[in-house]
Amino acid sequence: MQVVRLRVNGDERACGVPAHYTLLETLRYGLGLTGSKQGCDKGDCGACTVILDGRAVLSCLTLAREAEGRELRTVEGLAIGTEPHPVQDQFDLAGAAQCGFCTPGILCSSVALLERNPSPSREEVRAALAGNLCRCTGYEKIYDAVEAAARKMGQ
Amino acid sequence: MAVIRDMIPPFELYQPSGVEDAVRLVGEHGDQGWVLAGGLDTFDWLKDRIKRPAAVIDLGGVAELGGISETDDGGLEIGAMARLTAVAESGDVRSRFPLLAEAAGLVATPQIRNQGTLGGNIVQDTRCWYYRSGWPCYRAGGNVCYAGTSRSMNREHCILGASRCVAVNPSDTAPALVALDAEMTVANASGERTYAARDFFIGPEIDITRMTVLEPGDLLTRVRLPAPQPGARWYFEKIRDRKSWDFSLASVASVLHVDGDVVRDARIVVNGVAPYPVRSDAAEAVARGRAPDDETGQMAGEAAVQDARALRHNDYKIALMRNLVKRSVRDAA
Repeated sequence: MQVVRLRVNGDERACGVPAHYTLLETLRYGLGLTGSKQGCDKGDCGACTVILDGRAVLSCLTLAREAEGRELRTVEGLAIGTEPHPVQDQFDLAGAAQCGFCTPGILCSSVALLERNPSPSREEVRAALAGNLCRCTGYEKIYDAVEAAARKMGQ
Repeated sequence: MAVIRDMIPPFELYQPSGVEDAVRLVGEHGDQGWVLAGGLDTFDWLKDRIKRPAAVIDLGGVAELGGISETDDGGLEIGAMARLTAVAESGDVRSRFPLLAEAAGLVATPQIRNQGTLGGNIVQDTRCWYYRSGWPCYRAGGNVCYAGTSRSMNREHCILGASRCVAVNPSDTAPALVALDAEMTVANASGERTYAARDFFIGPEIDITRMTVLEPGDLLTRVRLPAPQPGARWYFEKIRDRKSWDFSLASVASVLHVDGDVVRDARIVVNGVAPYPVRSDAAEAVARGRAPDDETGQMAGEAAVQDARALRHNDYKIALMRNLVKRSVRDAA
């Protein structure tokens, strides 16, 4: 057991986990941040996607110790104060979440996209979300929501 | 056989911050050690508990392996830990080696490219699903191939280069690097040595348990690309079951030097058809001295598959390879 120090959603957090714990296991079981989901746990589904140094990565295939000293954001940290992030707001308005299991990962991939590319084309949205599976298959409304959020953020 | 569990068994984790330390650790731990780069191939093996290393050496903190820099001769040197996104988006790579940028950009998903590395993509293990499921095949040190029998499910397996094992190399960037005549630098306790990309990948007739020249104690540190020749044409195409993302069924990478309307030199490399990226000397010989048109492409494609032999479920790969080679000659730009 070793102490892992993570900078999560702007907070310095520390917890004791074994060296072989993944970032996802550490977030969920060590820090109680259960927003990031454990789906396939093998890098296929994207439900565990978090934003590390501004890039969407898979927390199930990252060791917690690899994230030390880096800027980490999870779905819990996307809201701005008490206001939902524009992407979260548009997911709500567009009905882009069905069962909701894939939603935290898709929100993280979407936010990482919009921070680099504030007005993506439909094709760029689809490409950015290629690594996030929605088994309810509600992709069109998800793309609509990301596009609507881009328009809102550009206003 | 494989039982997927949700946690990785414990290991000792080492996180060196310099190349020297990394090489020393990799040497000390030998075949009990495991090199961790982006983690995509690694954690698949470790979570299935099929590979159980005692020590994991994480290269994530070795900053000097992550760079992309110009070389004295006008080429580029890319560290083994350069992320695939960085390779695909690098201005230097895009302007001088668009073939590699294209190949790196077609690997898997955005998340996987953000964490996956060029070195990891090159040295990743085969996807043969019998082997990955933990069956005790030749490649796993056993004495049988489960994929090559008349009753095997072998749609993804090889049509060339079989030698007891019929697995294929799954990398998208490997054929691009062979076509670009790249050079790999390998370090170990006794120093550094370099390999032409073509020789870096090995078949089962050389060692059935490895996909590359790397042995326990070795570390791939850098990839060097020689200066591009002005006017060279290139082509890359990856065929996969799903357009959104997948491993390739087959891919082709070619570099053509065309003078007037005649191919002076060509490097044509196909992956996903053999245990290593196949540079087709036969197709290149056909293309040389002829116009890079449909007819030459057709002839080159036929030449490329002359020795191909299908397994029960993969004869489509012969037609696929023939057509990929044809297009790589005809449509290189």
